[in-house]
Amino acid sequence: MADGRPTTDWSKFVAPLVLGLAALALWEGLVRAFKIPPYLLPGPILILQTLVTDWQTLMESWWITMSISLAALSVAVILGVALAVAFAASKWIERSFFPYAVVLQVTPIVAIAPLIIIWVNDVKLSLLICAWIVAFFPILSNTTVGLNSADRNLVDLFRLYRASGWQTLRYLKLPAAMPYFLAGLRISGGLSLIGAVVAEFVAGTGGSQSGLAYRILESGYQLRIPRMFAALALISASGILLFLALSLLSHLCLRRWHESALKQES
Amino acid sequence: MAAIVTCRNIAKRFANGTLALDDVSLDVVEHQFLSLLGPSGCGKSTLLRLIAGLSEPSAGKIDWQAGASGLSFVFQEPTLMPWATALDNVLLPLRLAHVPTAERQDRATVALAQVGLAGFEKSYPRELSGGMKMRVSIARALVTRPKVLLMDEPFAALDEITRFRLNNDLLELWQRESLTVVFVTHSVFESAFLSQRIAVMAARPGRVIEDIAVDAPYPRLPDYRTSLTYNEHCRRASAALERAMAHG
Repeated sequence: MADGRPTTDWSKFVAPLVLGLAALALWEGLVRAFKIPPYLLPGPILILQTLVTDWQTLMESWWITMSISLAALSVAVILGVALAVAFAASKWIERSFFPYAVVLQVTPIVAIAPLIIIWVNDVKLSLLICAWIVAFFPILSNTTVGLNSADRNLVDLFRLYRASGWQTLRYLKLPAAMPYFLAGLRISGGLSLIGAVVAEFVAGTGGSQSGLAYRILESGYQLRIPRMFAALALISASGILLFLALSLLSHLCLRRWHESALKQES
Repeated sequence: MAAIVTCRNIAKRFANGTLALDDVSLDVVEHQFLSLLGPSGCGKSTLLRLIAGLSEPSAGKIDWQAGASGLSFVFQEPTLMPWATALDNVLLPLRLAHVPTAERQDRATVALAQVGLAGFEKSYPRELSGGMKMRVSIARALVTRPKVLLMDEPFAALDEITRFRLNNDLLELWQRESLTVVFVTHSVFESAFLSQRIAVMAARPGRVIEDIAVDAPYPRLPDYRTSLTYNEHCRRASAALERAMAHG
């Protein structure tokens, strides 16, 4: 990108773009040619039109879904890193807690969501908890591995210079864990969105405080299928946006030193 | 000539039962360049780690000269933090010792210049060659102004030309800083070029079987490598290593 070489490999962007546009054109063509009614399958142009006309409602819902996902991701980062640090500090804490973290991870969120929604009075908070449960584990497990992956000779070097536990964490273990944490973060970003959407499907909240999942349910009941597709497109777009943002963050943090962020020599 | 470190009847048995060192007694003489030479598995690295305090002997005692403090360790690998610049790597020991920011920056810059890396302060390890990374590692060891420098086969992974250059530079640093060096190596030629004294070790169990003095004068310039004296010292060290292998 910024290495000063004038030639950029445009095919990387152009090829998938052309394929996508061709697929959309084919879709539109088929819908028109076979006169498929919009309540079965709307064409992309109609979906786009719906997106524009329903922009206000959809954007409100989009923001609710996004704010729940981002809040869940933030809590997952704080608690995941904090618990991973506690694991690194004490084998006993790790042995006691880790199995339960796995239990949390392997239990399907759809199965626990109804319980959480019953227990927690506030709908938004219950959605946040569901999204957090899904997003938490990759950050915890990746950071735990990362904190234990510091070069053993460097660990010896820190001992030799009588570094305190805090210094070893700050200057050695946390930087060494960074690439692992960021890889976990990219997975969790997508998962927090999925968790927020799935939980809302289960909760099925109504009214003005609803996210995109409820818009999909609602559109299904009312047979407003183009709107359903528009909401679906927004969810996908948000997932892609999250992934790209977190990839960029990861690249910015690691570009100077980590193998994964280096361009291949040609 | 005072001993700065005295090892008395050292033994080291690992948790798996292996006797890595048995009854090793060795004086490290102040300002001396001492090499530990031996086949792999003779416990020379283990002995170095014991002297560094990175592990405890199972038996025996290691005594440091009263008032002597400050040792540095150079590993076989450069062992740099890949996320930190050369300068940040070098100033790490000072940062850990809470030396004020400005002072540690200055001292690290000087240490980098000492090993011939002025101008590379902001380079990351991946941007440096193997020899340059090892230089950064040596600068990090020197930045604390240690009395004793412990080196564990530091140049084993480098090509011969780079190794020769670093050998010359190391001797110059040793003299200029009046360091005491304990240098672990499996190379007869390297030990005969660098050291004043070679402790030859045998394996199973690891022990010192011979103590050879290399009395060629310093500075040992590159033409020492092709001299008859050097040849003779290599021959003696080589013969001792043969005997060490026969013992093991």
